[in-house]
Amino acid sequence: MATFEAIEKAVRERFGEVVTGSTEFRGELTLGIRREAIHGVCLFLRDEPELRFNFLSSITAVDYLGVGRLPRFDVVYHLLSLEHRHRIRLKVAVPEDDTHIASVVDVWPGSDWYERETYDMFGILFDGHPDLARILMPDDWQGHPLRKDFPVGGVRSFYFKRDTQPHAGEPPGLVPRIRVQDSDL
Amino acid sequence: MHLRITESKEVVSADRSASVGVVAADALPPAGDFKTVELTQDNLEVLTINMGPQHPSTHGVLRLVVDLDGERVVRIRPVIGYLHSGKEKIAEIKTYHQFIPYTDRLDYLSPMAYNTGYVMTVEKLLGVEITERCAFLRTVLCELARISSHLVFFATHALELGASSAFMYGFRDREPIYDLFEQLCGARFTVSYMRVGGVQRDVPDGWLDGVRRFCDYFPNAVDDYEALLTRNEVFLQRTWGVGKILAADAIALGMSGPSLRASGVLWDIRKSHTYLVYDQLDWKMVVEDGCDCYARYLVRIREMRESVKIIRQCLERFPGGPVNIDNPKVILPPREELHHSMEALIHHFLLVSEGFWPPPGEVYHAIEAPKGELGFYLVSDGTPKAYRLAIRTPSFANLQALDRMCRGGLLADVVAVIGSLDLVLGDVDR
Repeated sequence: MATFEAIEKAVRERFGEVVTGSTEFRGELTLGIRREAIHGVCLFLRDEPELRFNFLSSITAVDYLGVGRLPRFDVVYHLLSLEHRHRIRLKVAVPEDDTHIASVVDVWPGSDWYERETYDMFGILFDGHPDLARILMPDDWQGHPLRKDFPVGGVRSFYFKRDTQPHAGEPPGLVPRIRVQDSDL
Repeated sequence: MHLRITESKEVVSADRSASVGVVAADALPPAGDFKTVELTQDNLEVLTINMGPQHPSTHGVLRLVVDLDGERVVRIRPVIGYLHSGKEKIAEIKTYHQFIPYTDRLDYLSPMAYNTGYVMTVEKLLGVEITERCAFLRTVLCELARISSHLVFFATHALELGASSAFMYGFRDREPIYDLFEQLCGARFTVSYMRVGGVQRDVPDGWLDGVRRFCDYFPNAVDDYEALLTRNEVFLQRTWGVGKILAADAIALGMSGPSLRASGVLWDIRKSHTYLVYDQLDWKMVVEDGCDCYARYLVRIREMRESVKIIRQCLERFPGGPVNIDNPKVILPPREELHHSMEALIHHFLLVSEGFWPPPGEVYHAIEAPKGELGFYLVSDGTPKAYRLAIRTPSFANLQALDRMCRGGLLADVVAVIGSLDLVLGDVDR
């Protein structure tokens, strides 16, 4: 198990300027990485014998609109080494007007669905992903639900309501109809 | 008989991900960089069919778009999201305590483990240490949850392969565990028992004896299960060598839990990043090197026995003392104190109306849930509600490996592979 200092030093020695910051909180190491270098850093972390981050726990993102931070998004990678038993978190800042970032599907094939989910929920575009489609939301969904400016109740609400205007040939007041209205939220 | 359908047939609904009719295999887009099964026949014709989301063997609402060459699977594209309920979004409008019931509904077959994973993440953020009694109690409950989850795996996996009596055994022995949960907190299924800094309430009188009785009874029941399936010829034919995935592929695809250990990878978070009291107990990590459905079955069967061992040792050493931490800023004061203590009343009011205020920061905490690595990534901005909660669920990553495991196999084996992965769609879709 490499110490956090050793991990950070290895990355800084190999890549120098791309580490934008590092924090340690509750026994966890977080490294900020420049966007253009993320693919190279991931390859290095996976293949370096001392580090060997061969397991991708998850990829997700955080929208900092609520606290007004710029750039707006952070793409977050949680990596784990099954060999050395250490974990690390990488954070890559992505601005709102240009949400492109390099895909790491060729580094860890398991990142496929996590990148699709991050695209689905935040609109982060992973360049080089083989099939960047929505995964949890319907294909024709508008917007990205986990962004902070997406209302919690959704943009439209669906509910059943008795229709006062009967359709032709149906007795009035008996057939429930789906009504769609703008959300109250 | 090898059936070939050469005409274009409308078998699936119009959908971006479900191409209809016949396509050449080399026209398929790539799916990751891991090795794919070689398809060398000339003029290979692929038929795309739809399976689910209401198929009885898909464990809920999993839909698969399967590309077939005759009976052979060329590719599987799982279509998920039918059970997506936006729990990560809901976490942003709930206080930390209010979110606990939502974790029950992730993997609804092991809510105790999911409760524990979530509250341990919040405790890590707060920096509070739970009491020893609570740690032992949580260990017992996590292992009971593991047994009940593996029992559902055993029952449904066997049922899908035609062994309907095994199904009865599995569900019969799940009942005493749910009875224990009911005695503990009044709920059988969605327990919401854990609290940040402790549990809902201490164990009732005689409850530990009930667990002890279950531990005395259960190993014999596992013997019965093994007598039913482990050397059953039909079961062996359906699972032996089926759905193989080698260790390198399993790691690259992010598989975890029993499914990863069945590929010969020595990896268990209870051992590697130990939590609760697992490091104080004597138990073995279960690993098999078969890489197939049968190995995944064996791992879970043997894990149930190990879980009983863990629970027994916890019961022997079950400590006294308080179960909840003594910090009224985090956990509700005891009910009886509210009658005579003004301070307790104020703390109670504040906790219920606004919750507690953790420090700003971010933590990731992973535990070994029955199905694999369950991680919560929590970003706090210092207010009583999570700024962002991302949930890394094991079934999501394990399902991703389904395509790799089924390629080149028979369509009928897809059912066996899904069963052996022990998927829960609430866990996949969140």
